[in-house]
Amino acid sequence: MIKNISNLGDAALYCDFGKEVNKEINTQVIKYFKTIQKKNIIGVNNITPSYNKLIISFDLKKINFTKLKKIIDNIEIIKSDNIQNKKFEIPVCCEKEFSLDIKRLEEKLKMTEEKIYENFFENEFFCYMTGFIAGMPFLGDLDENLRAKRLDTPRVKVPKGSIGLTEQFANIYTFESPGGWNIIGNTPLNIFDSTKEKEPNLINPGDLVTFKRISKENYQNYHE
Amino acid sequence: MSKNYFEIIRAGINSTFQDLGRKNLYHIGIPFSGAMDNRNYLLANKLIGNDHNDPVIEFAYQGPHLKYHGDKLNIAITGDVSFKIKKGDNLTDGKCYQTFILENNDELNIISTNKSVYGYLAISGTFDLKLQWSSCSTNTRANIGSNNGAKLSDNQKINIKQINQNLSITKLNYVNTKIENIRVIKGTNFNYFSDEGKRNFFKNEFKVSKLSDRMGMRLEGQKIENIIDTNIRSEGLIKGVIQVPADGNPIIMLSDHGTIGGYPKIGVVISADYDKLVQLTPGSNVKFQEVDLNSAETLFKLYELETQNLISQI
Repeated sequence: MIKNISNLGDAALYCDFGKEVNKEINTQVIKYFKTIQKKNIIGVNNITPSYNKLIISFDLKKINFTKLKKIIDNIEIIKSDNIQNKKFEIPVCCEKEFSLDIKRLEEKLKMTEEKIYENFFENEFFCYMTGFIAGMPFLGDLDENLRAKRLDTPRVKVPKGSIGLTEQFANIYTFESPGGWNIIGNTPLNIFDSTKEKEPNLINPGDLVTFKRISKENYQNYHE
Repeated sequence: MSKNYFEIIRAGINSTFQDLGRKNLYHIGIPFSGAMDNRNYLLANKLIGNDHNDPVIEFAYQGPHLKYHGDKLNIAITGDVSFKIKKGDNLTDGKCYQTFILENNDELNIISTNKSVYGYLAISGTFDLKLQWSSCSTNTRANIGSNNGAKLSDNQKINIKQINQNLSITKLNYVNTKIENIRVIKGTNFNYFSDEGKRNFFKNEFKVSKLSDRMGMRLEGQKIENIIDTNIRSEGLIKGVIQVPADGNPIIMLSDHGTIGGYPKIGVVISADYDKLVQLTPGSNVKFQEVDLNSAETLFKLYELETQNLISQI
């Protein structure tokens, strides 16, 4: 549940679900997000769910903090069975040219490459949020043994499709972009399609994701 | 091929199509975008008799030099801008907040913005544009929006789908005022900073860095010391948020900002001051003044009244 609602500037509500980051709290955030989205409240411009916060920005010409807070305070959250979570299996190729940071991870985690991949591909991930760059999913939780910090110096360019790990999360770079996550492979699947007017992103908050290792041959054929 | 079009002789530094932006997409990572200076954007459209959400060309510093081909077209430029209009051998200085009629083969040369960053060109017609998520607004970093998500380039053409018959000359007496202080509401991580850091934030001047664009404005000045954590769990951002990363230099989120960020927020620029904020040129000084939510809302009402008052004079 929302622990506290405060104002972020004069045109946004800052809904705080507490300090912790886990699936239960994030599921609450997503429920609020979906409920508020369905309500189509006049004046609301954007609703941004993240791990344990929900930011609702609005048009100050149409509504203000006090009025919107009242609506959110009294909102009835839709039951969880009405929220449909999709499941995805994302193909990943881990050939040398794609697994840019696997050697670094072997060192940092004191684990062999085989173990790291075994652990990673066995895991089922939950999408906490999407964003930073268009369509990028933040997926958790990584096994405790696979948690590493960001690169000391972020890359200027991380290739599109890269799978990155940092702390308890994995993500997918939907575009070539700067970034500091540990890259362990690459997917040929298009995670974000800007030509789609509706649902341009494949993976949404609350969805479940597993990864499947594919050969270089499969990777290349995927493009054809 | 379109009968009416602009030929771009020189595209300028960062000329893009903009409108009021696109909403309801932050949750998938797509920024709001839209015209940076909302009031000047609206005035450009209103002067020409357009709708309040029609696409215009926004330019920064040096604008485009255009040659016009087609039927008579009315144009308006807003902001603090120097431009010239060439009709045959006759070269005249243009004036902002006033309409001008372009005829076949006339040239419009938007030379520069003066002591400001952004200016707007609206036409009495409809640019032939492909919208993306109901908006033309171009975000060149994410390649989103009209013109394939890119800024205008030299030698390209801008087609005009349709020209309105409105060729009346309209004028508005308006001068963009300068701002000395940018008013700010304390951010959600205000207590992450040392007492001295908090004091300095509202006491000292900051300099707008050259590394500023439609995504963000970087500031330089006395470093703001963080005493809790230089990172927070990534969470949603909105425009106007002032983040302070580990190096102690504030960054203000502007219209093309990333939707999620993990740096502590020391403050948020109030809505009423956003238009003036974005017009601050690199090298100029800015000082922050603290206001509370109530004052910010009142100041926004005043800002809106002033805008409506200007529109009613057109």
